[in-house]
Amino acid sequence: MRTDFAFVAVMMLAAVLLMGVALLGAALLRPKKPSKAKLETYECGMETVGDAWVQFRVQYYIFALIFVLFDVGGVFLFPFAVAYNSLPLYAIVMVCLFVLTLLGSLLYAWRKGVLQWD
Amino acid sequence: MTVFEVINNILKIAGDAFAGLITSILGAGGLADFVVMLVAALIICALCAVAFMGLTYAERKIVARIQDRIGPNQAGPYGVLQPIADGIKMFTKEDTTPAEADRWVYNLAPLVIAVFALLTYAVIPFAPGVVGTNLNIGVFYVIAVGSGSTVAILMAGWGSNNKYSLLGAFRTVAQLVGYEVPMLLNVLPVVMLSGSMSLVDIIERQTLGNGGNGIPFILVVPLSALIFLISGIAETGRSPFDLLEAESEIVAGFHVEYSGMKFALFFLGEYVNALAVSIMFTVLFMGGYAGPILPPYVWLLLKVAAVFTILMWLRGTLPRVRVDQLMSFNWKFLVPMSIVNVILIMIIGKVFVADPVTAQVNGGIAVPPLVQAMILFTSNVIVLLIGLLMVSRQARQLRLTEAEDLDRRAAHNKAAAAKVVAQ
Repeated sequence: MRTDFAFVAVMMLAAVLLMGVALLGAALLRPKKPSKAKLETYECGMETVGDAWVQFRVQYYIFALIFVLFDVGGVFLFPFAVAYNSLPLYAIVMVCLFVLTLLGSLLYAWRKGVLQWD
Repeated sequence: MTVFEVINNILKIAGDAFAGLITSILGAGGLADFVVMLVAALIICALCAVAFMGLTYAERKIVARIQDRIGPNQAGPYGVLQPIADGIKMFTKEDTTPAEADRWVYNLAPLVIAVFALLTYAVIPFAPGVVGTNLNIGVFYVIAVGSGSTVAILMAGWGSNNKYSLLGAFRTVAQLVGYEVPMLLNVLPVVMLSGSMSLVDIIERQTLGNGGNGIPFILVVPLSALIFLISGIAETGRSPFDLLEAESEIVAGFHVEYSGMKFALFFLGEYVNALAVSIMFTVLFMGGYAGPILPPYVWLLLKVAAVFTILMWLRGTLPRVRVDQLMSFNWKFLVPMSIVNVILIMIIGKVFVADPVTAQVNGGIAVPPLVQAMILFTSNVIVLLIGLLMVSRQARQLRLTEAEDLDRRAAHNKAAAAKVVAQ
């Protein structure tokens, strides 16, 4: 079990190594002549006004909340799915109720007009 | 061993021989294990980089043909050296960090996206016995690592301190996060039917022998396969769901400020992710490396090439969707349909049980696996048809109200014009 995940760590090391070498190689090869105009923020022909660090729209936040709901629900569903073949029908009905609760919350959000993007 | 078996298992034999060699030099222990793993990981990463170069060429050529263009044809015969020319350019191009940018976040983002994209390949089985690591939560791991690119894209968009970048990053969060839900929900039937989250076990279940019945899951749960493919395309941010880059609206979205190698790493991330989605589709729904006569790795290659060609075909054909259409399509169509589909599969799979022993223990009608597959297939198709019917009715209504609106406006304009003329 431990060695199973060890490979993931090694893979991460290898990926960082390889991509790091690519970045470093490019850093050695490329010319470096920065000027003030080059380092300006890109804009279509105009000067940039203010910086871009603004607040998120609240709608993104609401979508993220619905996502968290389903993601956590999904995390609960996967262990059930692994055990599915050995479960009695009774357990399946319970899980169906759980999934229907998720569907219900989605329908509630829908009725509330949260899913309308404008 | 016959020649046939050697050819079929050449990857495994080579890997075992290499591991044996390293162990004989360093002695059995942690160090030898580490070296073997590191070399394997480096080989996988390097193969991904090579595949990335090949895919950019293939995609440019094929999409060009679809759109009645020629595509790259200058570097080498038929332009096959184009990826190498691109690579040289990426290495030697001057790279700027905007003065206003958040330097750390900005410079780290391409590395993060590339590393997360490559990490997916740690669990993908390339041939029997040739897999980085056979995690027992393989499917989970792939989905978890796949959502890492969301973080990287948000880092890039926020770190650039550019309005276009930030718009792209905002869209990314809404899109990638949203389309992960149908992806998750449609992997569920596969895990249910195979009773395991390990990718190797899932392939075994679709292979003849070893407890499998030889029916690929695409023939059992076609609707799940379809929705998985759609949400997979959206997850990788490819056309028609490429709102996060949208060249014609927000110039390139989150990577507008990047150039040189950092830009290349974003591209690598995108293609490696798209390839990972194709491989996951073949593993989950088409039986991965399983297939008759030809060696397993050839089968995997053929299947992945077929799926990736579909991705390229869609990219060459479909126009980009609008952001409100994108969100509605996901939350009002894919997600509810997936949930209904999952519930139906759950119930049908328990009523018609393929395994006679479980049928006796837990109740249910014992049927041959093929019959169960056919029943599930039918239920999937029915759900899809009902969903399409509902959507087409909605669409017709929408078109009618839009037409009415236009007529009313035209009449209003006409009346106004008549008034002006009369005066």
